[in-house]
Amino acid sequence: MALQNSISNITRRVLLAAAASAALALPAIADDTIKLGLVAAMSGQSAKSGEAIVRGLSVAIDEINAKGGVLGKKLELVVRDDESNPAKGVVAARELVQREKVAALFGGLDTPVSMAIVPFANQNKVPFMGVWAAGTPITRNGAPENYVFRVSAVDALVDKALVAYAIKKYGAKKPGMILINNPWGESNEKGLKAALEEKGMPFAGIEKFQDADVDVVPQLTRLKESGADVLFMVANVAPSSQVVKSLDRMGWDVPIVSHWGPAGGRFSELAGPSGAKVHFIQTFSFAGTLSPKGEAVLAALKKKYPEIKSLADVTPAVGIANAYDAMNLTALAIAKAGSTDGSKIREAFEQIESYDGLIKNYKKPFSATEHDALTSNDYIFTHFKEGQILPLTN
Amino acid sequence: MLLISAIVTGLAVGSMYGLIALGYHVTYVVSNTVNFSQGSSMMLGAVLGYTFAIRLGWPLPLAVAMALLLCALFGLVVERFLVRPFAERGSNGWLMATVAGGIVLDNIVLFTFGKEPRAFPSVLAQKPIQLFGAGVFPLQLVIPLVGLGITLALYLAFNRTKVGKALLAVVQNKDAARLMGINVRVAIALSFALSTALAGLAGLLIAPLFSIHSDMGTLFGIKAFAVAILGGITSASGVMLAGFLYGLIEALVTALIGSTYTQIVAFSVVIAALAVMPNGLLGRAAAKKV
Repeated sequence: MALQNSISNITRRVLLAAAASAALALPAIADDTIKLGLVAAMSGQSAKSGEAIVRGLSVAIDEINAKGGVLGKKLELVVRDDESNPAKGVVAARELVQREKVAALFGGLDTPVSMAIVPFANQNKVPFMGVWAAGTPITRNGAPENYVFRVSAVDALVDKALVAYAIKKYGAKKPGMILINNPWGESNEKGLKAALEEKGMPFAGIEKFQDADVDVVPQLTRLKESGADVLFMVANVAPSSQVVKSLDRMGWDVPIVSHWGPAGGRFSELAGPSGAKVHFIQTFSFAGTLSPKGEAVLAALKKKYPEIKSLADVTPAVGIANAYDAMNLTALAIAKAGSTDGSKIREAFEQIESYDGLIKNYKKPFSATEHDALTSNDYIFTHFKEGQILPLTN
Repeated sequence: MLLISAIVTGLAVGSMYGLIALGYHVTYVVSNTVNFSQGSSMMLGAVLGYTFAIRLGWPLPLAVAMALLLCALFGLVVERFLVRPFAERGSNGWLMATVAGGIVLDNIVLFTFGKEPRAFPSVLAQKPIQLFGAGVFPLQLVIPLVGLGITLALYLAFNRTKVGKALLAVVQNKDAARLMGINVRVAIALSFALSTALAGLAGLLIAPLFSIHSDMGTLFGIKAFAVAILGGITSASGVMLAGFLYGLIEALVTALIGSTYTQIVAFSVVIAALAVMPNGLLGRAAAKKV
């Protein structure tokens, strides 16, 4: 009796499982879509970055689908939250590839998460498009067949651009560094040192600080005493504002050239009026005179997301713009490949001739040796003014 | 210049650690237990103050009073549900329960208050004043004064008032205290309310110098506990003194040796000091006074 019961239980379970998998498999066959996966931080401190990426990707997908999609199929976005956790990111990437059968993966803000997905993408021959994380080795990963592409800044290039800007704008002779004490700060410490060495420039000092430091005056005083004439800053929005407030207290009016950390939140509110002194790097800004493409994307964003009322709400603009261009480039690659086969898409990426995008007019954006579509010429310097990120003319 | 600014910075930051550490002291001397969610209580004070004063536009004194009241209420909840059920059975479960309570609170605030750090401006933290050639915000001078004032008040309350003596009697011998007509449960509950209110006050005072977010209190809570132990958790003045010392060590190490070594040196000093003085700076002396 007991045995019979358990056997019938097992049969029932098998039947249920079969039915469930059939049900799951059905939509993939039934509706003719090409699925694209996003693994990004949708919760936690960096949730706003994930939201921006989804918006950029979705507006691009709507546009592409309105024109008939790719290979006669509509594009569909499948989003997974990595909670800024590398292990969760890999699990999500695997699930998207194996169960959802996505044609390509998109990545989020966190360099460690992207770094964890890179080997998985290369082994499984799935194109992986970075739209935010700037870690240099994400695209320069040394794989013989590199499936990783990026439309975003690259730390190594950002550091060169920061140094060039400090020299050109402020005539810097002996800059100092104030860096957050984590792997991101460390990667930029290397990059900045290399960029300075290239120019044959000395530096006044390198100081680290913590996320929870209320007062950065001791570190800044050391840099001041050793004669720093410009500060390079690498930190997220809250710690960056602690640096600005500490400078205010010291009464030290020194130019600050920063990585894009301040763009991630309400920097004007946190840092006060002196926040406007911080000049930071971006790949795109919706402020000022926009190209017709920029106007069109902004209008589409406002229509799709009614909570966007002013330019202050289209933040962080880099996430939206990078994602928008990355999706369009991916669609072009799939169309060129003529299939959703990973290896064919990878080859097609490297053969894209041109794409007139939001950030720039891309000419041969990718090649066998260059998987980053943006170069240091595409970076712009911006600052916060009354809650808005405005481009600076230099 | 380097030295003076480091000393001013160190004293101001140190007094914040001291204020939160006083909260550990208060519950410890009354009940031999500690609320490990003090860092979260500090965050709660800042978040509530911000919500009332900035989002709802209440007048500042009312916002502060309400925030402190709710922090005290949180202390009562912590004691009733996270400490009492364990402590009365003689279990040490309250250790983990209060840690967990803090994490739960941090996450509730993350969902309700939001993910973005916000600013709580104050007129006392806008224009720096010059002090021996180093710039400080007036608020940075107010915080040590508040810390010293509360230390003195606690000392007087525990040593000179009937209620204070009654509270101390509780920890010495619960049964004897009960026989003397002291309501032990109320005494312990009050000490928890006082301790979270102190942490909330620290949060409100630090807020304009910092940014408000759900995990702003985590590191403060840990450092403040180190300070409480260093000072001798049984002595209010020891705890406050240790706060100043710890802040000074942090600032001086950063200024003189470099920020890479700050945490290593500061926590090593705590360990070394405890090896030499197992009861903390003033711990034993205060125990004798009682």
